Amino acid sequence: MMKKATVQLEPLSCPSCLQKIENATKSLKGVDSDSIKVLFNASKVKLTFDEQVISIEEIEKAIQSLGYEVEKSSVRAM
Amino acid sequence: MQGYILRSKNKITLISGVLIVIAFISHFIFGNAAIFNRSLIGASIIGVAPIAIQSYQALKVKVVSIDLLVTIAVIGALIIRNYEESAIVTFLFLFGAWLEARTLNSTRSAIRELTDMAPEVAEKFNEEGKFVEVDIDEVDVGDTLLVKTGAKVPVDGVVLVGEGHINEASITGEAVPVSKKEGSEVFAGTIVENGTIQIQAKRVGEDTTFGRIIELVEEAQDSKSEAERFIDRFSKWYTPVVLVLAIVVYLFSRNSELAITILVLGCPGALVIGVPVSNVSGIGNGARNGILLKGSEVINDFSRVDTMIFDKTGTLTIGNPEVSATKIYGEKTEEALRFLASVENESDHPLAKAILSALPEVQFSKINHTDVVKGGGIIAEVEGHRVAVGNVALMEQENVSLNKEAIQSVKELEENGNSLVLTSIDGELKIVMGIRDQVHPGVKEELKKLKKLGVKNLIILSGDNQGTVDVVARELGLTEAHGHMLPEDKSAYLEERQNKGEVVAFIGDGVNDSPSLAKADIGIAMGSGTDVAIETSDVVLMNSDFKNLTHALGLTKATARNMVQNIIIAIGVVAVLIISVFFSDWMNMSIGMLVHEGSILVVILNGMRLLNYQLKNNK
Repeated sequence: MMKKATVQLEPLSCPSCLQKIENATKSLKGVDSDSIKVLFNASKVKLTFDEQVISIEEIEKAIQSLGYEVEKSSVRAM
Repeated sequence: MQGYILRSKNKITLISGVLIVIAFISHFIFGNAAIFNRSLIGASIIGVAPIAIQSYQALKVKVVSIDLLVTIAVIGALIIRNYEESAIVTFLFLFGAWLEARTLNSTRSAIRELTDMAPEVAEKFNEEGKFVEVDIDEVDVGDTLLVKTGAKVPVDGVVLVGEGHINEASITGEAVPVSKKEGSEVFAGTIVENGTIQIQAKRVGEDTTFGRIIELVEEAQDSKSEAERFIDRFSKWYTPVVLVLAIVVYLFSRNSELAITILVLGCPGALVIGVPVSNVSGIGNGARNGILLKGSEVINDFSRVDTMIFDKTGTLTIGNPEVSATKIYGEKTEEALRFLASVENESDHPLAKAILSALPEVQFSKINHTDVVKGGGIIAEVEGHRVAVGNVALMEQENVSLNKEAIQSVKELEENGNSLVLTSIDGELKIVMGIRDQVHPGVKEELKKLKKLGVKNLIILSGDNQGTVDVVARELGLTEAHGHMLPEDKSAYLEERQNKGEVVAFIGDGVNDSPSLAKADIGIAMGSGTDVAIETSDVVLMNSDFKNLTHALGLTKATARNMVQNIIIAIGVVAVLIISVFFSDWMNMSIGMLVHEGSILVVILNGMRLLNYQLKNNK
């Protein structure tokens, strides 16, 4: 089932972060790459993903391995 | 380890700064070259660590980031034994990033004030029959919640038990508390000033009105205009191109100093950050003042507006019309008044209330059948009579003939700015009523300010008669006024103006004018945070204070100017740097980094000015 996730990150301060996070999440299997929206000022990542293929924890891990702290994430049914 | 280094970036910056100071003290005061060099090498290596880690992480996801350019430059400087440059460049880069994060946070502060108002907890009725405090995420539609004095209403819902006064400023912008009792609707994010209520949750989380407002503002602050998307595409290629350029320069000139200087100068910082900073500050200022701007495209369009269309007299008038004259014709007048009262009693037309309050209290008659004639009025069957209530056009349609006296009073009333309500019974004119409204105090001055801000045409389109509209237009100094307009006429007229090449803003309440709101270059919903208004309009003014409209226009103009300034600063700095690296001898890595970081700070500070923007002579 597709789910919608909003991941709140630590405040982002460089615009090139957006590109990094976008590329990192895009390459994850189970994440709908067209749905990825990285909000610079709100410091949030919004995306939809397939729960059976990937978990929210794995998505968080991918972002954290870039060096960005995840503060909170919420998952909702679509 | 990597994470630890990144988390200690601030400490690393401080240490590298201290080491540089030690180096220069030992150099200039004690003339000790050994300590000088060792301190600088230390500062460079400590400082470059987090930068190198970041560039490696970026490379893993196939991004050539500016961190990579700086890392190569610093390593290059160390290899050619230019320790002074390598240390200062890393320090400036780290220190600049720290300062940027700090200042960026304050540009975002206005919007955070708004999001922080979101409720976090609720007192929920559980299976054991008690109210317990739970996290807001655990509240579902249908739950019963308790809200006490001083607490925030956690969700949109309906009052089940109790009564109280609620401050709804976060939704409506009105600071005056609203009284709520059983059956009243309450909204998330509003505050109970006194009383205790139990509510049933109807909408929770992001579905609440407040949740949607937050989502809208958050998406708006990160929305991108065409120009920004271009800059983004540009910067995506810019960084790798700079890297290639530096390599090429090195291969041809064998001048490693020049090559690494180019790497440092190649960071597109100010250009990438300048426009988003103006955007977030401008939108933040708006949010603080109850003005929701849906993104930077909206800001650009709104700032170029030359025609403003007001959708109804109600936007400019107090909206509390009163019957100013009643003329009665023929016989059986009591019966006529009773029929009129009965018909109006069933109507929700804005004028119905005014008419009812002007009529003597009567026993209402039973209405058997009603037809609403769009843009005309109502035709009803009352006690076997055909009763028509509406404007002159309806009377013509009903073949009601107006005698000389009636024609005369209709004309006079229209000229004095009255809306007309005529009543005929079985095809015979019985009553003519004139209803008037007054203009909002202060609107005239605000309209003048709009003109000063560059709006050429102020137009009112209204369903009212031409006389009413003309009076309002004359009183307020509007440029054009058109009456007798149906919603589809308004949207056709709007299109006509757009075809003339004008940038048109349409101001309505979002209730029945969505087509025009959507079609206008800028749709402005005024005085309500209703769902429809939020969906279809580009700008939402949370309360009906006319000052907000002028503030919004002034703000978008200032924001658009600010964006242009930032782009000019950013491009200017890059141009100067690139020219001087080839044609002057004072340019080196450290100065390049200083100017680069400096320009980023300048654009952020310039953007921050918008947070305090106030229209001159306003407030």
